[in-house]
Amino acid sequence: MGNLLEMRNIIKDFPGVRALDKVTLEVKENEIHALCGENGAGKSTLINILSGFYPYKTYKGEILINGEKKRFQHIKNSEDAGIAVIHQELALFEELSITENLFMNDQKAGRLGIDWAYMYKETERWLDKLKIKGCTPKTLIRNVGVGKQQLIEIAKAMRKNARILVLDEPSAALTVTEIDILMDNLAELKVQGVTCIYISHKLAEIERIADSVTIIRDGKKIDTKAVKDVNEAAIIEMMVGREISDMYPKRDVKTGEQILEVSNFTVYSPDSPDKEVVKDASFNLKKGEILGLSGLMGAGRTELVMSLFGGFPGKFHGKVELEGMDVSIKSPIDALKLGFAFLSEDRKSLGIIPTMDVKNNVSITCLRDFVSFVQINESKEIYSVKKFVKKLNVKTPSLETNIQNLSGGNQQKAILARNLLVDPKVLIIDEPTRGIDVGAKNEIYVLMNELTKSGISIIMVSSELPEILGMSDRVLVLCEGEIAKEFDNTEKNISQEDIMFWAAGGNKIEK
Amino acid sequence: MKNSLLKKINLRTYMMIIALVLIWGFFTMLTQGMFLTPRNMSNLFRQSVFVSILAIGMALVIILGEIDLSVGSVVGLTGGIIAILDVWNGMNPALSITITLGAGLLIGLWQGFWVAYMKVPSFIVTLAGLLIFRGILVGITKGTTIGPLSGVFKVIGKGYLDNTVGIIIGAVAVFFVVYIVFRSRKNKVKYKFDTGSLTVEILKLLIIIALIAVFVWTMNSYRGVPVSLLFALIALVIFSYVSRNTVFGRSIYAIGGNKKAAALSGINIKKVMLNVYVLNGLMAALAGILLTSRLNAASVQAGTTAELDAIGACVIGGASLSGGIGTISGAVVGAIVMASLDNGMSLMNMPMFWQSIIKGFVLLFAVWLDMATKNKNKA
Repeated sequence: MGNLLEMRNIIKDFPGVRALDKVTLEVKENEIHALCGENGAGKSTLINILSGFYPYKTYKGEILINGEKKRFQHIKNSEDAGIAVIHQELALFEELSITENLFMNDQKAGRLGIDWAYMYKETERWLDKLKIKGCTPKTLIRNVGVGKQQLIEIAKAMRKNARILVLDEPSAALTVTEIDILMDNLAELKVQGVTCIYISHKLAEIERIADSVTIIRDGKKIDTKAVKDVNEAAIIEMMVGREISDMYPKRDVKTGEQILEVSNFTVYSPDSPDKEVVKDASFNLKKGEILGLSGLMGAGRTELVMSLFGGFPGKFHGKVELEGMDVSIKSPIDALKLGFAFLSEDRKSLGIIPTMDVKNNVSITCLRDFVSFVQINESKEIYSVKKFVKKLNVKTPSLETNIQNLSGGNQQKAILARNLLVDPKVLIIDEPTRGIDVGAKNEIYVLMNELTKSGISIIMVSSELPEILGMSDRVLVLCEGEIAKEFDNTEKNISQEDIMFWAAGGNKIEK
Repeated sequence: MKNSLLKKINLRTYMMIIALVLIWGFFTMLTQGMFLTPRNMSNLFRQSVFVSILAIGMALVIILGEIDLSVGSVVGLTGGIIAILDVWNGMNPALSITITLGAGLLIGLWQGFWVAYMKVPSFIVTLAGLLIFRGILVGITKGTTIGPLSGVFKVIGKGYLDNTVGIIIGAVAVFFVVYIVFRSRKNKVKYKFDTGSLTVEILKLLIIIALIAVFVWTMNSYRGVPVSLLFALIALVIFSYVSRNTVFGRSIYAIGGNKKAAALSGINIKKVMLNVYVLNGLMAALAGILLTSRLNAASVQAGTTAELDAIGACVIGGASLSGGIGTISGAVVGAIVMASLDNGMSLMNMPMFWQSIIKGFVLLFAVWLDMATKNKNKA
């Protein structure tokens, strides 16, 4: 069997970073090819090049289908070549029926307008074929579960005679039974001659359906192997095999007594209130400690910490004890009053206030402290803000500069300053160094170290394993909403492989 | 130094003041100087009071990132209420004014409740309000025009302050400005900040004092400072202060800039939104009282499309409908721009239909210019 698809020596640069460095992907006809890598390794960039989202000439390298060179300018070009990409964020129209979605922009014309009878019959056939049960061609997408939506996307792609089906993290939002159905369908499609690229870091799924696997790490291709020739440990090692540099300051903080205890904390998805995104989580935090929360995308890390801070849109319940006292946190207002502070992973939509300058962005959490009589004493405000801006080394032309004009790292430091201004007892940082340059990263680590020395306890969520290992005193690994494992890391002796094993649900494979 | 000073002044408001000066120069030329006479200036400011007051309330709503389409109807309804209380019931003016303002407050509470707590889009809530309040007005006035009002309202609507009172007010304003500038300097010294050059500060002060003097002198050369203008000035000072110097004001800007981030920063979004609508209701009621006083009667048509003038004034004055950006003073300058267009074109005896068309184009052009310069800054 020859290669149906080849992507040769793909190089893609973004401002300041090389996202892909001579990556080659070879996919054989009629195989399921898994694409593996950590968050940010470059999987999505590769797929976006394949789909024509990044048009020809914005990258270097070439794409061949059946040995023929292709130059995709638009997504339409790649679709015509038989490539269908199903993204993690599904592109279906919620308020339209299954039929309308299936035939979007490709409606069958009858004598008078659209030939609905034909379209309904065709839809019926596809629902049958992919064994999608419990809905009719007229059912609206919003009344269909995520798992079935995924299958409808597949049907949509297959209807357009897609030869190469690309699935980007298809199982991230699915339940166990939904994943089973998806797997069965993919196996069935393979029998019918479809080639599939399956992006996932859930090793159980890869072992179950994939024929071969390509691993990329930090924008480079590590290797392509037949799945039967490798075990999961080998895959994990290839995914993470990276040395922890001396980027991380030495932690010599002695943790004190327990400050926070969370027990039986459960969080529900805001979209489907029955789905538990965090299940029965219990953990504690000591004074001056950095507790790392690790896990794959969709493991429930952000949901857990945002709920703890009272800022998650879904429902949640559980017991929270701060310094031995039962506390009830219903909103960020409660949390801030009790001494919690929260730095979101989504700096742009949950962090900065883009219309405001640096000063106002920093001082927003504790304006009331600057009030004399009824008005904000601006001099007092500037004095405090200046102190923290200096302490955190936020590089800004002036305090009146709009925050959007700062680099990502300095925006992050400004938002961190905002959360330190409230003098928190527990600082929750979700992805402390996402999207910021190496120098600023190190500054933030040193700062976290200093903060814990002064008695602040930190809960750090991170997708970057070296960061988790380099900074945390203890590590909690989440897998599918549950705390799968707790590691003591005071000796810095746990490995990335250990964490990845638990995060990918490794223990479940053994069973 | 000079550069940073220029930066500190809200560039968009600044541009609007230049535009205002250009408009005034233009009309002065076309009317052979008639536009700039004290009599006409007095009229112009009196005309701008109504939209200014509405624009002041509306500015808070727009900075919050919301909208209020109902203020025209609220003006009509509260204008009707005061006329009924005064003309039909012969109530004491102080009491009837209090009740009317209370009605405006309740209306704001009602709309704020639906927007903030029931999470219905403000466009819909206030569109419903537009219909509901106009309907109530027609119902309670039985479709009639109610007037004339008692003497106090004539003073409020059409009266002028004595020349000496005008001078005293001017003097108080000067004293106030000087006091604020020097206290802020003192504060800066206390926290060891760079206080900037004293000469520049004094120069700035002198310009402001000169403007106040010219204003009082112009008004006094005709009949004195109009009483109704006093309401607009007081509202301008209070609302500017609230929006710039209080936690509430800062919260409005934060919510308009990024609602989710504001919530995570511990701002009580619902409470702030409710209060903004209450203040806007209050301002609409004040505008209703002033309009009824000036016309000396309440009619079912009073205030129709006033919301559009108010929104237009805010936007011309640099407020962004996506929220987070805008100033109270900008909104007032916008209202004066609108009033100047009305006034100038009327002086030129331009037909009404042209006035409407030209105002529409000015609004469109002002916002386009604003967005074009903003995009340029980003690139």
